Amino acid sequence: MTPPTAPRAPRLNETTRLWLSRAVFFALFLAVWEALFRLHLWPDYIFPAPSEVLAALGRGFSNGTFWIGILGSMRRLVQGYIIALAIGLSLGVLMAEWRWFKNTFGLLALGLQTLPSISWLPLALLWFGLNERAILFVIVMGAVLSIAQATEDGIRNTAPIYMRAARNLGARGWRLYLLVVLPSALPSIVTGMKLGWSFAWRSLMAGELLYTLPGLGNLLSMGRELNDMSQVIAVMLVIIALGVIGDQLLFGIVERRIRERWGLAPRKSTRGG
Amino acid sequence: MGLNIQNATKTFQTRGGPVTALDRINLSIRDGELVCLIGPSGCGKSTLLNMLAGLEFPSQGQALSDGQEITGADPSRVLIFQEAALFPWLTVQDNVEFGLTMRGAPQAERAATARRLLEMVHLEQFSQAWVHELSGGMRQRVALARALAVAPAVLLLDEPFAALDALTRDRLHTELQDIWQQTGTTIVFVTHNVREAVVLGDRVIVMSARPGRIVAEHRIDLTRPRQIENVETTRLAQRILADLQLEPSTGQRG
Ligand SMILES: Nc1ncnc2c1ncn2[C@@H]1O[C@H](COP(=O)(O)OP(=O)(O)OP(=O)(O)O)[C@@H](O)[C@H]1O
Ligand SMILES: [Mg+2]
Repeated sequence: MTPPTAPRAPRLNETTRLWLSRAVFFALFLAVWEALFRLHLWPDYIFPAPSEVLAALGRGFSNGTFWIGILGSMRRLVQGYIIALAIGLSLGVLMAEWRWFKNTFGLLALGLQTLPSISWLPLALLWFGLNERAILFVIVMGAVLSIAQATEDGIRNTAPIYMRAARNLGARGWRLYLLVVLPSALPSIVTGMKLGWSFAWRSLMAGELLYTLPGLGNLLSMGRELNDMSQVIAVMLVIIALGVIGDQLLFGIVERRIRERWGLAPRKSTRGG
Repeated sequence: MGLNIQNATKTFQTRGGPVTALDRINLSIRDGELVCLIGPSGCGKSTLLNMLAGLEFPSQGQALSDGQEITGADPSRVLIFQEAALFPWLTVQDNVEFGLTMRGAPQAERAATARRLLEMVHLEQFSQAWVHELSGGMRQRVALARALAVAPAVLLLDEPFAALDALTRDRLHTELQDIWQQTGTTIVFVTHNVREAVVLGDRVIVMSARPGRIVAEHRIDLTRPRQIENVETTRLAQRILADLQLEPSTGQRG
């Protein structure tokens, strides 16, 4: 097939059209929401107007409660995640290199992986009491196994051709491991890290709902106790925003970069227009 | 470094039963010789090179270097793989330096070696590029530079120039012969291209289709440097093609 040669009417480029249709969708969404509110089908404290949610957002940020909540949650998340990363990477390396460990512990891990991590909370409360450590434990349990699993996978699937090339050029022992095996496993490890991060995030939110220290989950329960639906929705928006930033921006970009560089993603091609 | 293959057979166990890739191969390559290996696809050329590199072992028989049995990989015998096998997590320059890094060479020496070799393969502007940004032919040239960086006594090349245009290939033929004459490296060069084999080789070894056997051997006594489009070259190429019992089109892939 040959492309049409007749001059076409100038068209908006693809990206502009994409964002335009998105803007229209969200404008419509807000309009319908506002209209439903104006009909007063439900009491205001159950179904607030978009403007009230916006006001609650502004209030939360200007009086500092949202910032305190975000900082509290993020600190917990990062702490738990770093612990999970250290344990997960070590377990992954052990499973990949030590068959006996893989055959025994690997089976246990497989079973535990099916357990939603919030199910660890009662156990954690009994072990650690109602404090930070209990919730940290839940975060770690949420993230650690997916990181371990992906690390093991990545190492096990080191392309044999890289191993041969490296050994051929004199790589041995820990250098071979550090400079070839682990980099070769990196795309898989990063995918596991991304998965671990989103599991940790979900576990944290679940844990914080049952919790009274400063955090986003706690702000949600507070909103509920005060019958303040606009605050509940405002906090939910904050949680969504943080989730998107973590998942899509932080990890998403790193993951894509790495896959592209490792030659695992199709090369970017420019579309003809 | 002299190489010896003594009565070597290589059988792979596959799901479809055992596959004999090489069948009682006897081959001896003198120190400093440039030998070309030619044969139809799947006849075991890569397997033979892997064996000489110490990455694969004969099921029966022996592979020796300087009279010692080859028991594993060693940077004195470097193989350039058919599929380049560069490390995508390293830049072009770091790839070329890899072998020297493993040896613990100082940074200045590594950088100087990498610069010299990248200039030789005409990729000096790409020293900071990532592997995924290179074309297939460029990758092969980086792989050549990476192998030469460790100054191996034996260089094993597996169809290294198959993806290159004629001009670049001719230039690299010249470079390779220069290096070979300057360093006295023993070279085993696998190719599908009969003319390439005639231009480069002191000897051309012809292998048969699976199971791979050596069916003929040609000594090439033409003076160097040789021209690829030359009456003598063409005449010898025709004779080798006859041995291959292949149509010229299949024999001249690449
Ligand atoms: N690891 C392996 N496992 C099973 N069979 C193998 C393996 N490596 C090679 N073979 C088989 O051995 C035979 C020879 O393979 P080899 O790669 O040495 O051929 P080749 O001469 O290099 O072919 P080409 O010119 O296409 O590269 C083939 O039939 C192949 O299927
Ligand atoms: Mg091959």
